[in-house]
Amino acid sequence: MSDNRNKNRDRQLTGEPRSALHDESHAEVLRELVAHLRQNRTQLREVWASRIMGARFLTAMTNEEILAECSSVYDNYLGALETGSIEALEAYARDLSERIIPRGVETHEVVGIVLLLRDVLARSLFSKYGQDLQVLTRVLDAYEPAANRIATTVAVGFVQERERIIRQQQEAIRELSTPVLAVRERLLILPIIGILDPQRARQLTEQLLRGIRVNRARVVVMDLTGVPTVDAAVANHLVQTVEAARLVGADVIVTGLAPELAQTLVTIGVDLGKMATVGDLQGGIEEAEKLLGYKVVPSDESAEQQIR
Amino acid sequence: MEVPILKQRNYLIASVQAVLTDQDLVTLRDRLVAQVGRFRSDGVILDVTGLDVMDSFSVRTLRDMAHMIRLRGADTVIVGIQPEVAFSMVQLGLSLEGVPTALDLEEGLAYLDARTKRARPSVK
Repeated sequence: MSDNRNKNRDRQLTGEPRSALHDESHAEVLRELVAHLRQNRTQLREVWASRIMGARFLTAMTNEEILAECSSVYDNYLGALETGSIEALEAYARDLSERIIPRGVETHEVVGIVLLLRDVLARSLFSKYGQDLQVLTRVLDAYEPAANRIATTVAVGFVQERERIIRQQQEAIRELSTPVLAVRERLLILPIIGILDPQRARQLTEQLLRGIRVNRARVVVMDLTGVPTVDAAVANHLVQTVEAARLVGADVIVTGLAPELAQTLVTIGVDLGKMATVGDLQGGIEEAEKLLGYKVVPSDESAEQQIR
Repeated sequence: MEVPILKQRNYLIASVQAVLTDQDLVTLRDRLVAQVGRFRSDGVILDVTGLDVMDSFSVRTLRDMAHMIRLRGADTVIVGIQPEVAFSMVQLGLSLEGVPTALDLEEGLAYLDARTKRARPSVK
């Protein structure tokens, strides 16, 4: 978009249609100004780094780290300006994002830093070509679109990387949130930890019913020790889950009900005849073993004494 | 579609393989209730693995059937309710009150074996 606008401005200024020759001259100008920026690399980089620190960006990194990153970003930036290819820069932006996101660098910092570099370089061009307005216009026409493209690429790369990480973490949380574990043949436990929202409750039901089929479970111990409280809708959902589990052929023992949770269940008027509850997980597993006909005995007497 | 009823030892097994109309269900109920007496069966297993929808009529018919069979002196166990069906039944408030359920045919047989052993100790 901005590229097009620049082209239009170009056309107005020169009063002649855009041609291949023009592209050539653009590339030539870019080559020239990249050479200039390379020459002044050390000095410009210093200016840039000090402005980054002045703007209080990248506070999570040490000054040495900032300087090191600045050098490589600077070189990559010039490379992209020179070749006009943003693929290498895209890869670099991804790689950079991967490194700095875990350190808590924010989007506004990354965008700010790239725009600072753009500004530093533009100022340097101004001071070099400032005397001749026509040359300056040509230089800027070549520089601005390329610089904009680079800034966009870096910002988009950073945001994409962040989104990728968020997606990955959501996936991990989803999988972690409701494990269905087989403790013995035909006995599953379902430890639930944390806040139960409607979506998670639904997922829990799905995984439990599927788990019952896959493991051919007869008894399930649903441990709610880690659930501080639930609202009426979710409590209702839990009761329904217990009932549904019975329909597919498994008894559910609910353990570790917190006082608030017990109150919610009583308030919604749960039928206690349908829901077996035991105080804690240990009791629940013992009860389940009894239902399944297991009897746990110490393997020898000395071990029994050791426990006591 | 007529549901086949198989006699296996002292049990009757009815396996529903496709969607049933209301009339099919009523017919099935009547046949099962009649055959329990004819074969002097101790238990009935109704396998509903093939059903992917259960409405209020079918649930009520199944429950009535189980109670009728109980009155005729046998136990009924319903097996193979699909997870999705189970949950939608519960959400619609269609519970099979007082009817035992089991995961599949094998579990149903195990349940009936346990029941009949307890109820009628073998004469030695």
